[in-house]
Amino acid sequence: MTKRGGVIASEWTQAALPPLAFIALFIGWQWSTTALQIRPWILPAPTAIVSIAYDWRIELLRHTSVTTLETIAGFLLSALLAVPLSIAVVWSVLLRRTLYPILLALQSIPKVALAPLITLWVGFGLWPKILVVFLVCFFPVIVNTIAGLEAAPQPMIDLMRSMCAGHWQTFRRVRVPVAVPHFLVGCKIAVTFAVIGAVIAEFVGSEEGLGYLILTASSQSQTALAFAALAVLTILSVALYYLTEMIERWVATRMA
Amino acid sequence: MTLADRPRVGVEGITRRFNGPAGKPVEALGPVTFDVAAGAFVAVVGPSGCGKSTLLRLIAGLDVPSTGDIRRDGAPITGPSRDVGIVFQDHVLLPWLTVLDNVLLPAELYDLPSNAARARARQLLGSVGLSGFEGHKPAQLSGGMRQRAAICRALLAEPSILLFDEPFGALDALTRERLSLDLAGLWGETRRTALLITHDIAEAVLLADEVIVMTPRPGRIRERVAVDLPRPRTAATRRDPRFVEIAEHIRDLIFADWQEAA
Repeated sequence: MTKRGGVIASEWTQAALPPLAFIALFIGWQWSTTALQIRPWILPAPTAIVSIAYDWRIELLRHTSVTTLETIAGFLLSALLAVPLSIAVVWSVLLRRTLYPILLALQSIPKVALAPLITLWVGFGLWPKILVVFLVCFFPVIVNTIAGLEAAPQPMIDLMRSMCAGHWQTFRRVRVPVAVPHFLVGCKIAVTFAVIGAVIAEFVGSEEGLGYLILTASSQSQTALAFAALAVLTILSVALYYLTEMIERWVATRMA
Repeated sequence: MTLADRPRVGVEGITRRFNGPAGKPVEALGPVTFDVAAGAFVAVVGPSGCGKSTLLRLIAGLDVPSTGDIRRDGAPITGPSRDVGIVFQDHVLLPWLTVLDNVLLPAELYDLPSNAARARARQLLGSVGLSGFEGHKPAQLSGGMRQRAAICRALLAEPSILLFDEPFGALDALTRERLSLDLAGLWGETRRTALLITHDIAEAVLLADEVIVMTPRPGRIRERVAVDLPRPRTAATRRDPRFVEIAEHIRDLIFADWQEAA
């Protein structure tokens, strides 16, 4: 009986601990801003951030929608291009020897450093941001997908061969199903980078988006507004991550 | 020689070398020569590493011998064939497919009429006690049930030659005993030509008409032991004095080699 009770109690605390930690953090933050008399343009109180977020809700929503659009468009573009390219790299020895090294080299370039150049080439507007997000997302997706396409266990390949399956049949019936979870893990990693990519691109040159809002708000010492934009950005990033994870789980339960 | 007398599988002087560490070739098998007659059940036993699984891969057409000649129905083996069904060591069911879809995989690949294949798959699953599990995923089955499903898959396209690569090696001793009895019954109904690779002497004697005993690496044939036990073979067969005698003889052959090696 005590053992059972213990299990239930630990389940309760496990579920309750993360939100409690956040509440404690915010209470401590709120208290220290008043108790230590921290000036609001250095560290605004959580209540001040919430109140300015409410006042600016229309503007915040507009900037959020821009950043969300850039993030999702760039991410989807990377997933859409990574899939055929990874198949091509796995399929062709020539592409593996030529394209793959180029991809690896591309990955070692810091994307932050590329952002100003991309703005120089593509100009302002949505496209340079989508391109930076694409560059940031592309590598984790393609590398994981290539690894997935090559992860089929030898016994499964032997099984397919023993049933006279050609390369295409083995690919479709074994290699692709084995690769799908790997691809989704790549997507999950990429989506966390995606928001960062969008904000960096907005920092370089933009007139809208949460990155732009943070930059202008902090330059005008509207620190609370910058914090509000930062909070929305965090929520956006976490929401996109969990959305991808939900898709991953849904696929996993259907496949396994 | 008439067609009926011609061996289904003819193995003549085959060897298999692999590239070992530092580029030194490693002799894994042979030379080995034997025939499997139509409708015969032949078991190959030997210590691990004697190349018996390599031998099966060669007969399956999944691998090519370094020297020698393998024929199926008199024709050289060039690759896998629909006429050969293989049961692998670790079931190798595809985890994302249901049990039924796994069993139907050969039908899909061979473009067999789907309705007839479905009926056949259900009937096979029923005959091994898996009725009601058609829609389950392999992960939801026990190890023994998975291997039963794998046997059904090997039988689906009605191959006339069956190859078993240590089919019960990954199972616990009790399940293994149960499954080899089931297989004895299942095989007795159709009498397809069969080759069983195993390290389980009792399993080999229970199932086979002839047991080929291999030496340690590189595996050669130590002795071909005829199993003159009556069929059908059942649980009672294991208690037959002749069964015990044959099994002891095979055990002595294998351990004699071990002593020589040690």
